[in-house]
Amino acid sequence: MCGTCGCGEDDGPRFTRLDRPPQPHAHEHPRGHRHEHVHEQGHPHPHPHERDLGGADGAGGPHLVRLEQQVLGRNDALAARNRADFAARGLVVVNLMSSPGSGKTTLLERTVREVGRPVVVVEGDQETVVDAERIRAAGVPVVQVNTGSGCHLDAAMLQRGVAELDPPDGTLVVVENVGNLVCPALFDLGETRRVVVMSVPEGDDKPGKYPHMFRTADLVLVNKVDLLPYVTFDLPACVAQLRRLRPDVTVLAVSATRGDGMADWLAWLGRAADPTGNVTRTSIDSPAPTGV
Amino acid sequence: MHELAITQAVVDAVVGQLGDARATAVHLRIGRVSGVETDAVRFCFDLVAAGTPVAGARLEIEEPTGTGTCDACGAEFAVEDLLLGCPCGSLDVHVTGGDELLVTAVEVA
Repeated sequence: MCGTCGCGEDDGPRFTRLDRPPQPHAHEHPRGHRHEHVHEQGHPHPHPHERDLGGADGAGGPHLVRLEQQVLGRNDALAARNRADFAARGLVVVNLMSSPGSGKTTLLERTVREVGRPVVVVEGDQETVVDAERIRAAGVPVVQVNTGSGCHLDAAMLQRGVAELDPPDGTLVVVENVGNLVCPALFDLGETRRVVVMSVPEGDDKPGKYPHMFRTADLVLVNKVDLLPYVTFDLPACVAQLRRLRPDVTVLAVSATRGDGMADWLAWLGRAADPTGNVTRTSIDSPAPTGV
Repeated sequence: MHELAITQAVVDAVVGQLGDARATAVHLRIGRVSGVETDAVRFCFDLVAAGTPVAGARLEIEEPTGTGTCDACGAEFAVEDLLLGCPCGSLDVHVTGGDELLVTAVEVA
């Protein structure tokens, strides 16, 4: 993968930073660097001993090697390293996840304009730089990660995306994950907070249908509440489902287009950005939205 | 389908541990509330394993059922889905098992 312009030479993710011009191709393209190799750098997983590999009697031949190794151990180790690196630099990293079309990018456009602190964005989509162009137009540095056939961002992609942006210490980093309520749930990125956006036209039953996603959320934003008069959506029932998945989850009703709940959301981000703050354990749920 | 990435991670883990030794079977433990579909892992496995020392290996998947416990009354119960609730009425419950995602062992030729 080209580290300068993001062009792909393999099937891995492509990175496109939009706030600087493409660079000439005067550099070499090293091969085979799709992922960090954590094993060599941190030994996150146990090794079988030589005796295990050679069989109980030390001889060759068929034998069983016990591993008890986490399948996602490599990603988890990279995520832990990201988390430590982000904390050391005072970066607050918020992972935004949702189904396609819930309004993440519109919410993000408004958020980066109103948050009142340095912010950069890592955009994830299978293809196109459409979202990154929207964020750039909103005035903040952004890198687009195109995952190709991939259905989620992983810790290596976030590490690379943040490296591309190289934000100053203390910056708020918002990650817009690939629109998908299933796959991103299992992949720790090393983020500071996980936020799930759902929108009222999707229906109030989404938390129960996609529990793995919602049970890991620190905050759920119920977006497009300006459409409540026109759709069937039971907000209290939705909140009750969310509480069964995660009793201490914070739920805020917002409208990224009309502005409902934006002050609560920005206040939550402010608490998330406080390195001494224990952000979200106190519920600050919005009251039922007014004016609908 | 995240099972493709999951299965790739399985094969990477095995090859990382065994090097060039040929695996004849891979044993996994995928809990029923782990969020991973075992059928999809089986579907992906031969494809991902092709061309590696794991190619042709048998896949053995143990699927422990979900368990949970209530922090209010201490009850332990089976968990079939993640919309948790204790028979005592409390929602202050958490999953204690059935969410594992492990490579437990490999049989080597």
